[in-house]
Amino acid sequence: MRIGIVCPYSWDVPGGVQFHIRDLAEHLIRLGHEVSVLAPADDETPLPPFVVSAGRAVPVPYNGSVARLNFGFLSAARVRRWLHEGDFDVIHIHEPTSPSLGLLCCWAAQGPIVATFHTSNPRSRAMIAAYPILQPALEKISARIAVSEYARRTLVEHLGGDAVVIPNGVDVDFFAAAEPRPEWQGGTIGFIGRIDEPRKGLPVLMNALPKILAERPGTRLLVAGRGDEEEAVAGLPPAMRGNVEFLGMISDEDKARLLRSVDVYVAPNTGGESFGIILVEALSAGAPVLASDLDAFTQVLDGGAAGELFANEDADALAAAAVRLLGDAGRRAELSERGSRHVRRFDWSVVGTDILAVYETVTAGAASVAADERISLRARFGLARD
Amino acid sequence: MTTLIWIAAALVVIGVYLSWTAGRLDRLHSRIDAARAALDAQLLRRASVAQELATAGVLDPAASIVLYQAAHAARQVEEEHREVAESELSQALRAVFAEAPQVEAVREAPGGEESLGELTQAVRRVPMARRFHNDAVRAARALRRHRKVRWFRLAGHAPFPMAFEMDDEPPAVLADRTGR
Repeated sequence: MRIGIVCPYSWDVPGGVQFHIRDLAEHLIRLGHEVSVLAPADDETPLPPFVVSAGRAVPVPYNGSVARLNFGFLSAARVRRWLHEGDFDVIHIHEPTSPSLGLLCCWAAQGPIVATFHTSNPRSRAMIAAYPILQPALEKISARIAVSEYARRTLVEHLGGDAVVIPNGVDVDFFAAAEPRPEWQGGTIGFIGRIDEPRKGLPVLMNALPKILAERPGTRLLVAGRGDEEEAVAGLPPAMRGNVEFLGMISDEDKARLLRSVDVYVAPNTGGESFGIILVEALSAGAPVLASDLDAFTQVLDGGAAGELFANEDADALAAAAVRLLGDAGRRAELSERGSRHVRRFDWSVVGTDILAVYETVTAGAASVAADERISLRARFGLARD
Repeated sequence: MTTLIWIAAALVVIGVYLSWTAGRLDRLHSRIDAARAALDAQLLRRASVAQELATAGVLDPAASIVLYQAAHAARQVEEEHREVAESELSQALRAVFAEAPQVEAVREAPGGEESLGELTQAVRRVPMARRFHNDAVRAARALRRHRKVRWFRLAGHAPFPMAFEMDDEPPAVLADRTGR
């Protein structure tokens, strides 16, 4: 099958959606499909052979933060050329509502289009205003995929219609087979995520840390991620700062080894998560997980069966749960065992089969993808009289 | 004179807009047709696998009869009773494959592994295809209810699209994809 995948965000900037697309493309190529990914990227960045650059993304203030987006005449032309040259059986657009490549592609293509909705951000003002413009483009999507039941609910409420739920995939065995590192073992708590983004919840964990250390003084917190380390520990008493180790940005291998090593993985995210791939990775590595009770997290953790949950933004609850877990090896082993079994449904072998099933369902009984040629006026009136 | 030009210009703009809307509607109708064809294919596939399993002698006689009856009805029924017949097939499948040991027994029979794989795929794809179909129907209905479409009869003679409503809940044992 010839598959075109559209990535809305810059390929040079690491992010959940980009990784998902990379892994999906690699999985499909391994199965023998022809895959081409259209993504914004600087022309100088080295790209994997299956990625086609759609030009540089422009940083624009959008929806409360600076987003790197692709739009305009040049991008639209590149999209059309890609569609022409690719001659795809199906195209898979990610995040079709962001004003970037996804939307351009929806506009420019016809034929079987699959779209994945990753975010579950509530309807923005811009989207309400753009709704009449968006609707004709979104109508072309033959199949919608939401990454979680929660994302599906937001989608149904805001855009109407329906979607099938297919979670993001993870290479479970990659994490399960990683070698633990002895220096990261023994009374350790792990945290992975941007340090300077409050949404990722490190401040909540820092507030809980004194209570955890009071009960279990030997505990170490291992933090992996970009950001200002000085600022992150500023709220801690100086004596406790030694218990926090910053690992900086780490490679995928080290991430897997870190997750294999820690006694408890804590995900204190305070909101804005529609899936929580990091939890799935932690479960794959067999790490006992303690996460805030966001809708998306609760769902990934099977309502608390595959990992423990604490009340969102409640540092005391986090501390109590962490102390309990650190002192109870039996419970940790039980969580790890249950998590490893539960996480199999997120493995690429299962997720990839589901995504291919969607492709096959939409391509059955439909022509292949083509650029949507603007119909001449006369033909239009012909259609109108039909 | 200028008023006339303005009126002519306005008429042209309205005309282009209407023809664009008609194009949109046409695309939606062909999307429904494709989705309906895909749904038909999946339903038929499911009924075929069920019938195959029922006649293969791997199930006990009572289960075989129940499954055969439902699969046969789903394949032969006329269009207006299709939703009911397909829902009954879903119920029959759930009843027959209610227990994990039953699935294991089928898996051990010669050729059972493949049949079971096909059935698992079919019960997963039917709800998918149905959701895509109903999503297309909803989009077309939303547009067709609009004033401009009704007043100018942009939908032509195309029938008002109907959603396909059925019980497509798969057997729990087959839907659980962790036990592999």
